[in-house]
Amino acid sequence: MMNSLFTYTLRIADSSLILGQRMSEWCSKAPTLEEDIAMSNISLDMFGQANGFYQYAAQLDGLKSADELAFRRNEREFFNHQLVEQENGNFGNTIVRNFLHDTFNFLFYTQLANSKDETLSALAHKSLKEVKYHLRHSSNWLVRLGDGTKESNAKTQIALNELWMYTDEIFEMDALDTELFNKGIAVDNSSLKSDWDAMINNTLTEAKLIRPEDEYMATGGKKGLHTEYLGFILSEMQYLQRAYPNAKW
Amino acid sequence: MNEIKFQERIDAEKKIEPKDWMPDAYRKHLIRQISQHAHSEIIGMQPEGNWITRAPSLRAKMILLAKVQDEAGHGLYLYSACETLGISREELVKQLHDGKAKYSSIFNYPTLSWADMGAVGWLVDGAAIVNQVSLQRTSYGPYSRGMVKICKEESFHQRQGYEIMAEMAKGTPEQKAMAQDALNRFWWPSIMMFGPQDSDSPRTGNAMKWKIKRQTNDDLRQDFINKTVGQAELIGLTIPDTDLKWNAERGSYDFGEMDWDEFWSVVNGNGPCNKQRLAHHKKAHDEGKWVRDAAKAHAKKQEVVAN
Amino acid sequence: MAENATVWEVFIQSKNGLAHKHAGNVHADDKVMALENARELYTRRNEGSCIWVVKSEYIISSETEDSEAFFDPSNDKMYRHPTFYTMPEGSKHI
Repeated sequence: MMNSLFTYTLRIADSSLILGQRMSEWCSKAPTLEEDIAMSNISLDMFGQANGFYQYAAQLDGLKSADELAFRRNEREFFNHQLVEQENGNFGNTIVRNFLHDTFNFLFYTQLANSKDETLSALAHKSLKEVKYHLRHSSNWLVRLGDGTKESNAKTQIALNELWMYTDEIFEMDALDTELFNKGIAVDNSSLKSDWDAMINNTLTEAKLIRPEDEYMATGGKKGLHTEYLGFILSEMQYLQRAYPNAKW
Repeated sequence: MNEIKFQERIDAEKKIEPKDWMPDAYRKHLIRQISQHAHSEIIGMQPEGNWITRAPSLRAKMILLAKVQDEAGHGLYLYSACETLGISREELVKQLHDGKAKYSSIFNYPTLSWADMGAVGWLVDGAAIVNQVSLQRTSYGPYSRGMVKICKEESFHQRQGYEIMAEMAKGTPEQKAMAQDALNRFWWPSIMMFGPQDSDSPRTGNAMKWKIKRQTNDDLRQDFINKTVGQAELIGLTIPDTDLKWNAERGSYDFGEMDWDEFWSVVNGNGPCNKQRLAHHKKAHDEGKWVRDAAKAHAKKQEVVAN
Repeated sequence: MAENATVWEVFIQSKNGLAHKHAGNVHADDKVMALENARELYTRRNEGSCIWVVKSEYIISSETEDSEAFFDPSNDKMYRHPTFYTMPEGSKHI
């Protein structure tokens, strides 16, 4: 049980960290200065969430610190959703990726806030406030881009089509999820799908975008299977910790 | 007549506000100085932004990102102050891209190791803060208020840099070497941030008379050096200047000659990163165009619906 | 050259019950974006409980050149201030 809870917590932390890392890549590159600040804020929220969940995981683990969990594990030991490791691409790609994930996160944290595990519940409460804002940010931009110009509509539609294949695994339940769900600790991800569909469809309609068909859908994050991008994210992020293993920073 | 009244207000330490009459040269000087200051904040995001994805701990990552984000915010405060003089941000950015507006040369040096995050925070922000504290008393109201806000927010910037340096200086031998190397590379460019010596600074006269600037380049530089020497000693790092020594008579540190050839060469575009910094900014600006256009188009459609 | 973005003036209420105070401006294309941008820029350090934004073009300012005609007339109307009045020595709660 302790071990399951540790892994469950780590999975949440990993998705937050990797999305935060992706968002931080935008710094000094956003379409407007105001938006640069907004994306940094989102990134900071994600790092803050990651930190909270890693701290809890470290406490459950009793061996490794939060930083060791973040900076000393390999690709196959990371459990984030593949969706969040996808490249920033153009601003439209980032907005679509975040919109799909924010919608999930909103529903997920709403449920996790009811967890019988007090720490997870508290972390979820805190995260939920931030995620509500993230969802508003990405939804508003999705509508602007979808509705704006022909070019922006086309770019955003392409982004949506490309990222769609990563939207299935976020609802997966494996044995560990089920075990903790039965104890009242974890969220039943599969139960979030219908609300997610409704929210996504609503905003896509407003944004004049077409919901893609489910074709090949990716899977694997929970098992530490990833797209090729994760290896590069980690080698960049972990470089100092790996190059100077005895140093404190 | 106007000019006399204007100078009287300045001499009486009254602030000049956007709608007040002001000499053309005063307005021009302000636009040049404030926009240069704004561009420095924005271009200054790059050398530090360079290390956000590689920061060695979650704490360091968040601190650095928050700091670089502050710089974007401070750039915005300054653009906003500059806009009150009747020039748009778009025009200011265009001047930057066309090479007509400058930014601080310090940002044309590369950040090559994590210790550079320490050196930049400690020295570059330290120097900037000395300058900005002085500018809180500048005569133009919006600039002065911007400076007050910026100084308040930047108080943590120098501390985070010094903390990195202190940690590394007492860390492994490799870390200490990295810290010393960063200090070696950033010391001279940092003290040159205050600009040419007063004897070679043609614009200082008017700027002092109009109380845009409140202290001369040399005074500010001396102030910074006096503050910094002890900080370096405390953490066991050596400032790379063999002429640096306490002068009891002046109550200040004497220091060596700066390399003004290098200074002017970097100002005029020939520094290690001049091209890279500007190209980065232009690229982001160009790649954002379709997004800005989309937001405008959407807003127009909404207005039509609302009417 | 592309047309300039719309400029919005930002007013922040730092605490419930206090007046909104001018903080600066932001660029934004619509009012939602203006509010969001203002939130991102001016409340990074927990400074706000409510934000107003208004397009800069709608702000009407008095001219500083007129300030004498505009404000001086109230100078000599000291009877509007409570300190103008002499109270009997020892009077309380007034």
